[in-house]
Amino acid sequence: MIRLYDYLLSVNCYKQRLLLSILDVPYERVDIDFYPGWEHKGAEFRKINPLGHIPVIDDDGYVLWDAHAILVYLACKYDPSGSWYPTSDPQRLGEVASWMLFAEGTTNTASAARLHVNLGYDFDLEACQAGAHRLFRVLDEHLWFREQQGQAWVASGESPTIADIALFGDVALSEDGGISRLDYPALRRWTERVQRLPGFIDMPGIFPVAKAPA
Amino acid sequence: MTITNGRRSGAATGPADPVAIDQWYAITALDEIPIGRTVRTELLGVPMSYCRDHDGSPLAWLTQDSLPAGAPVDARTLHAPLPTLADYGYLWTTVGEPDGGLFDIPETAEPDRRILNAGTFGIFTSGPRAVENFLDMGHLPFVHPGVLGQQPFTEIVDYQVEYRSSEIYAVNCLIFQPKAAAASTSGQMVNYTFRVPHPLCALLYKSTPEDDVRLDVIGLFVHPIDDGRVRAHLFNCLLDTVNTDGQLRRFQQGVLAQDKPILENQVPRQLPLDPDAEAPTRADKTSNAYRRWLSDLGMTYGVVARSNS
Repeated sequence: MIRLYDYLLSVNCYKQRLLLSILDVPYERVDIDFYPGWEHKGAEFRKINPLGHIPVIDDDGYVLWDAHAILVYLACKYDPSGSWYPTSDPQRLGEVASWMLFAEGTTNTASAARLHVNLGYDFDLEACQAGAHRLFRVLDEHLWFREQQGQAWVASGESPTIADIALFGDVALSEDGGISRLDYPALRRWTERVQRLPGFIDMPGIFPVAKAPA
Repeated sequence: MTITNGRRSGAATGPADPVAIDQWYAITALDEIPIGRTVRTELLGVPMSYCRDHDGSPLAWLTQDSLPAGAPVDARTLHAPLPTLADYGYLWTTVGEPDGGLFDIPETAEPDRRILNAGTFGIFTSGPRAVENFLDMGHLPFVHPGVLGQQPFTEIVDYQVEYRSSEIYAVNCLIFQPKAAAASTSGQMVNYTFRVPHPLCALLYKSTPEDDVRLDVIGLFVHPIDDGRVRAHLFNCLLDTVNTDGQLRRFQQGVLAQDKPILENQVPRQLPLDPDAEAPTRADKTSNAYRRWLSDLGMTYGVVARSNS
């Protein structure tokens, strides 16, 4: 069975729990005392990941780290429909790769602001917030134009991809870092669509969403 | 120690609220404080710093220019040291003159207790708002569904609020909880006692899956950075032989992370003490008692004082 080295309040760990839940893949969780224990920085954990960060998965002896790399692996291995990581469509696959790199940017800005406010990480809060707003503005516009084309998700096509999973947490938890989503209506509509996906699970701090109108 | 006008020298930038000033506040868990390196923060808006000395004992002082964050500290060169306590796993300090030491938590003397800081979280709210949320049972099925409450079991049956030696106690508080503690394996009716021994510290006592007689003790110790921003320490004094520190912390931190956006959406950030300011229900007896108690103490920091006082 897959073993996920996990911290409840890590967005990068949540991405894995969310995809595993949507794909209905059983897994075993190992709770790392990330904060305030810093267990992931200790010698024991560095035997698993010498970089000292989570998430990490161990799938019957196959060990992989880096949140977005794990999403790629899980989707390729456990999504028989092939829709979450569309390897058969070069254009959509390119879009997914592009937006997953974009999600590294939200990690470094929106998530960093959240770590500063919540846990006291030594980051420049205003710079993180300003950076997140620049990215959110781009994503909001992108999603607005997608909606005009009758499409709902970050990458083109009819169904969501792991790019949506990679971006959702940082957006949905942005207020934790003092980043309001008031000015991004398309972004807010998109987070609600993600929250209504079959198999969706939340993480603490995400407000539940009402059922979709009939 | 130099005392000027009844206040510690250099702390003149703090609030004009002797009730808030003359308290001990938990600043940081002792085992998370770097040794010999300056950490800067604020207490009631007053810039202060702390570290542990090379023998492990805590040091706190009013921030001085010569010691920026991370600077090595020599205790002999501090211009304005602050008094410290090392109790319940935290460094406590004050910018005023507290009347005596800290409130007692007798359970901490029991040898089989798991005592740990489950986490310290920054929240954009006031100290009294954070404490009131901790005391509120009504929100449990809505904000912590599946864990500390469950819809439709939302009724809060009547309970008793008492004042004992200038502390507030709320007793016989009953609620159905699907997962009352990290060690729980099934849902149960849980009996809570809430205790408020300090304007910005609250404790709760609840039955534990592992002991029929003794109770788990969970505390919220608030470090007020200013009147709209706090660091909330989650104090655990548990009977638990099953879970790792990581698992215990996961449980408590998950609860706090659900509370945080609720607290941050309360307007104003300061707690209104006027009985007409926010409409209470019967379930809010503890909250009403807490607001009245703060009002009677004369607390003005982090609150909206009663209009007629």
